[in-house]
Amino acid sequence: MTTLMNNPIQTPPPTPGLQPAQPAPAGTPGAPNPAYINITDYDFYYGSHQVLFDITMAIPERQVTAFIGPSGCGKSTLLRNFNRMNDLVDGIRHAGDITINKRTIYDPHLEVTSLRKRIGMVFQKSNPFPKSIYENVVYGLRVAGVTDKRVLDEACETALRSAALWDEVKDRLGKSALGLSGGQMQRLCIARATAVRPEVLLMDEPCSALDPLATVKIEELILELKKQYTVVIVTHNMQQAGRCSDRTAFFYLGKLIEYDTTVSIFTNPKQKQTEDYITGRFG
Amino acid sequence: MTRPDAAPPARPPVRPRIKGESLVWLTAMGLTIALGMVVLLLGVVASYGLGVFWPKHISEFTIVDGGKTVTVGGELVSRKAKAGNAAGVTSEEIQIYTGNKDAYGLPFRYVDVSAVQTSREPDDALVIERTTGGNAIGLPVALRPKGEAPLPASDPAFHARLDQLVIAAAANRAAVLAIRNGPLAVNAQRLSKLDARLKSMRKRADADAAQLAEVNAEIARLQAESTDLNSQAQAKAATMLGSQLVIRLFTGEEKRIQFKDVLGATWPNQLGLAGRCGVFVTRMARFVWDNPREANTEGGIFPAIFGTLVMTVLMSIVVTPFGVVAAIYLREYARQGLVVRTVRIAVNNLAGVPSIVFGVFGLGFFVYIVGGSVDRLFYDGNLTYGTGGILWAALTLALMTVPVVIVATEEAIAAVPRGAKEGSLACGASKWQTIQRVVLPASVPGILTGLILAMARGAGEVAPLMMVGVVKLAPSLPIDASWKVGDLIPGLHTDQKFMHLGFYIYDLGFQSPDSEAAKPMVFATTLFLIALVVALNLGAILLRDKLRRRLATATF
Repeated sequence: MTTLMNNPIQTPPPTPGLQPAQPAPAGTPGAPNPAYINITDYDFYYGSHQVLFDITMAIPERQVTAFIGPSGCGKSTLLRNFNRMNDLVDGIRHAGDITINKRTIYDPHLEVTSLRKRIGMVFQKSNPFPKSIYENVVYGLRVAGVTDKRVLDEACETALRSAALWDEVKDRLGKSALGLSGGQMQRLCIARATAVRPEVLLMDEPCSALDPLATVKIEELILELKKQYTVVIVTHNMQQAGRCSDRTAFFYLGKLIEYDTTVSIFTNPKQKQTEDYITGRFG
Repeated sequence: MTRPDAAPPARPPVRPRIKGESLVWLTAMGLTIALGMVVLLLGVVASYGLGVFWPKHISEFTIVDGGKTVTVGGELVSRKAKAGNAAGVTSEEIQIYTGNKDAYGLPFRYVDVSAVQTSREPDDALVIERTTGGNAIGLPVALRPKGEAPLPASDPAFHARLDQLVIAAAANRAAVLAIRNGPLAVNAQRLSKLDARLKSMRKRADADAAQLAEVNAEIARLQAESTDLNSQAQAKAATMLGSQLVIRLFTGEEKRIQFKDVLGATWPNQLGLAGRCGVFVTRMARFVWDNPREANTEGGIFPAIFGTLVMTVLMSIVVTPFGVVAAIYLREYARQGLVVRTVRIAVNNLAGVPSIVFGVFGLGFFVYIVGGSVDRLFYDGNLTYGTGGILWAALTLALMTVPVVIVATEEAIAAVPRGAKEGSLACGASKWQTIQRVVLPASVPGILTGLILAMARGAGEVAPLMMVGVVKLAPSLPIDASWKVGDLIPGLHTDQKFMHLGFYIYDLGFQSPDSEAAKPMVFATTLFLIALVVALNLGAILLRDKLRRRLATATF
């Protein structure tokens, strides 16, 4: 229960969440929590249409967990429920519970904005704001009320370094972010998500709009990021899941079919459907 | 080297007729007609409007009128078939602008072409623009500066001396005007304010004698000061009084023109192209910057330009935040459903309500209810805001144009990419922060488009304004150094009545005592109304393009 208090964003100023010396942004010290995100008996509906059926799984801390499955299987919906992005949709309903770091995300006393500050998100299509590179990175801090220029500068550099973008853009931080290449934009979005030092990083098909070279860079980045963050990634690219995730969950028609270490999913799937999917027989 | 066995290349097959190709012609025709109409409109207005300022040649006609030979001189305006010709008879008449309204009674004369014996263009014909009586046209005889010997027109120094006196007269008029519009006007305003206070003190009957005496003494002091200033102005004006220009009209009689009335003198028959352009520019500048004269048929339109501009800007200041806030609520906060759909339909219908309805509403609500209450609360019931004024006109038009802004803003907000909003929310921004930092900046170009449409509609509207404060003549601008309750911007008296280009055109065209003289003014004023609307729109468009470039999304 003290873990939430460790959330850097919720600590008071002067430097919310930006102590560079802090090794991990959150979580209990010592061994990583094997059930950092805990999903129990989770059903989810858009109106009367049920899209998730009785999902139960535990996502470990500081590892990369990949969600795979054919389109419409509900993997993105589940991901978007972690930071309650689906609240924007009218007529949603759920049953069961999701806890992140032992605290339910449906806590009525919990502000959605403070939940989202703890959970960074990177989208399929990179969505930098039509602002300067600098303003893009510090956006999360600005909306959290940070005005100290020194803190912002430091956070900007740290985030851009962690997104492996610093050397490419350090001379043009004031220039519009829209002048970057597609891969750079996506890494900028990663920097924007990590600038507030979240506990979890959600990635919704982060490489699907990128060329192979940019994809390689992002994948390297993901492996680097998992040292600090719990990463959940939705991907259509099986090789990508194989290359950069520790655990893989296979979804089909709203059900969690199989969830195991990536190695065993890819080498020794226990379910027939999983095997069919990863060998390309359907999907 | 050609090989004999090489077959000639096959001709490409004739492209088959594509079904629907004729529709392309139809659409192109539609566009051409639309463009043609725009060009025609601008062409007609510009040719009539700009023709007013171009110095035309002065001709002298000898005509036989009822057995007598008469001389008529002036600008040839038109030549057309005579009205009321009997069948088979084709007689023409010419219209001559003779000027000298004060001498002839009418500034135009129609002459049968067959009656014209000779015509010539006298080299020394002189056109004098005056503050009263319109233009004088004639041949120069002499200058009679005050306290100097008369200078005959044959003297080589005549030309230079005339110009000198015209400039002196203008300077003198400006000096007198500075007193009248400056300290004298301020005094008059203070006096009317004190008068109102006196009236309300008497009405309440609760003021003690000392207070009354104090106000009375102040009134007396100001009145004395005004009298003094008045005599100062009169003395200044008197220095020009008595300087005269003597001209001979084409009818033969001599006429003396006071220099205090002279605005400018040109020798149209001596001017080269450069000189003509110079006169053209001078006359146009005077038209833009001067006050109207002679029941609006002469002089300039500056008060109308100013009134239109101030009203439109005030309207924009009111309508933009109002419309944007409403659109944000409709699009971002309101639960989309039957109610919102109904509201949206109602808003759209509001845009289709005839503008005079808004005028009636403005009169009933803004002028009578709001203005009346303001007067009761702040002005002791003295009529100030309780009558039409520039603020009420701006608010009425804002109400009329708010649907345009709402619709445009809603569309702009809806066009903001979902990704941008989600990106902001995922960073932990609240909905309002997202609207403020992401949605609104991205919608600014769309909002400006709405504002451009609103301004275009508002600036050209006439009917509702007639009910809420536009007047035929209000030469004093609603600005001066004083301040009173209700002024939004210090010095700008938003309660005052104002002139408006659209109404001015209507007034010239339909209410003028001299329709022939007003006709060119109608076109010239129209030209400036178009120019003003174009200038306002251009400003907004440039601003929008600048923002759009900044917001342009990169493609990859």
